[in-house]
Amino acid sequence: MRTNKITPYLFLLPGCIILGAFIFYPMLQAIWMSFTDYNMITEPEFVKLDNYKNLFNDELFWKTLMNTFLYLICVVPALVIIPIFLAVLVNQKLRGIAFFRSAYYIPVVTSLVVAGIAWDWVYKENGLLNYMLDILGIISEPIPWLTSTDTALFAVMVVTVWKGLGYYMIIYLAGLQSIPSNLYEAAQIDGANWWQQVTRITIPMLMPFVLIVSIMSSIAAMKVFEEIYVMTGGGPLHSSETLVFYIYTEAFDRLNMGYASAAGVILFLLTLVFSIINLKFMGKDNTK
Amino acid sequence: MQSFIKKVFLYLLLSVVTLFMIGPFLWLLATALKSGSENIFQYPPKLLPENPTLTNFGKVMDTFPFWRYLWNSVIVATLTVVLNVLFCSLAAYPLARMRFKGRNTIFILIITTMMIPFQLLMIPVYIISLKLGLQNTYLGMVLPHVTTAFGVFLMRQAFSTLPVELDESARMDGANSFQIWLRVLIPLVKPSIVTLTIFTFVSAWGDFLWPLIIVNDQNMFTLPLGLNMLSGTFTSDWRLIAAGAIISMIPILVIFLSLQRFFIGGAMKGAVKG
Repeated sequence: MRTNKITPYLFLLPGCIILGAFIFYPMLQAIWMSFTDYNMITEPEFVKLDNYKNLFNDELFWKTLMNTFLYLICVVPALVIIPIFLAVLVNQKLRGIAFFRSAYYIPVVTSLVVAGIAWDWVYKENGLLNYMLDILGIISEPIPWLTSTDTALFAVMVVTVWKGLGYYMIIYLAGLQSIPSNLYEAAQIDGANWWQQVTRITIPMLMPFVLIVSIMSSIAAMKVFEEIYVMTGGGPLHSSETLVFYIYTEAFDRLNMGYASAAGVILFLLTLVFSIINLKFMGKDNTK
Repeated sequence: MQSFIKKVFLYLLLSVVTLFMIGPFLWLLATALKSGSENIFQYPPKLLPENPTLTNFGKVMDTFPFWRYLWNSVIVATLTVVLNVLFCSLAAYPLARMRFKGRNTIFILIITTMMIPFQLLMIPVYIISLKLGLQNTYLGMVLPHVTTAFGVFLMRQAFSTLPVELDESARMDGANSFQIWLRVLIPLVKPSIVTLTIFTFVSAWGDFLWPLIIVNDQNMFTLPLGLNMLSGTFTSDWRLIAAGAIISMIPILVIFLSLQRFFIGGAMKGAVKG
């Protein structure tokens, strides 16, 4: 197509300025800062690999890294599997099904602060959850969900899962609706029963969506911050502190900008793995 | 008969899940409606208020400048959406429909930004924003989020599905590239613009981490920040915290319920398109 030589660049300019100023340049600066000691008051001082050495000797860093991995291995499977059932459930042709789809989506649009407050109240020692477990005979005395080192992290995980369910349900719903109905018709003619249809058609056709959801929820779980900040503040005794929470407090409470940047670089390397899989996948989709 | 039982079972299952999804909010609402004379910490907990009252909402409005926070949230979300849709669709147009040097490199660079977590960038972005004088400003809250790889990708996909003949015939009629973009192409990709608008709006409206860093002036607080402060202030009176949380939920709930088919349709489309 015949266009002026600079025209395409003019269209790209505003977006590229923003990405340059708020992503590429900060990215380089973050890497550089991870090799310095910087407190926002005195000039940054180059300290080579000291921040990384200190990180690896910092028990709290390992603790937050462990918590982040725990988050991954608990939250991701829940967010990959449960929404499939929800999607199947709301994919029925029933009167008023749109109402249920919307109801399940409400936590997605609600801010995490509201969600955190709502769950805080459910988790109270004489709150709703303990009461329900009590009448079901599961517990004999109330559990201090958010203030016990054994349960705080898991209690917050439940909120992360609860808030994400609706979103991933919709992705699976898109997947279910993209399966051509003549596949099922053909299977019925061949005499396949319900179970065979599920295992031979639904699950295989849904696999690409399972992959999308696994990657998206992994990246999200690596970066968990808000629910921790709002509900437990990382406590008690750092038992619910995740890597991003650690970076945040090191940077903005203790003003250890260089040290926090080093932890940020580690977070980056960890998310890179999932992101590369994600990109490969999107690249494939792109050629369609 | 069998299908009737199946239906009853399905509705029962759907309702149980509904209780799990919106139960915490209902419980919060019940607390916000309880009067001062009622013991909200009693065990077993009482779901229904004895004498439902709206006084908690009035009381919390005295200390919780809801309208101010709402206004800030509206400005931040609107600016983010408008600029993001504008910049992304501008950038996507040449990437989808023009040939020029460096096209693939630029596209790959843009997509690469998806891999960089904001949590790594927040420290330098904070320092840059301070230097640019963006602390406690709307622009400061907005600028880092006004071009997203997702947006460029989504708009590029939308533009590349349109036939090339459109551009050619418009050009023969004497239109320049900008006019083609604005008059011919943009009207044809409205569904994708709606998708991008809704995605951007939800994330800007609920954003907490970045405003928390860049804003310390309470007059500039958005709803999530204001609510977070409220829950720190009234740790002793849960009725007020609950009332504040319910009030701050109303705007997004109204928007969601009136546009729900776009929300859910947009999320489905976003998923299918990657």
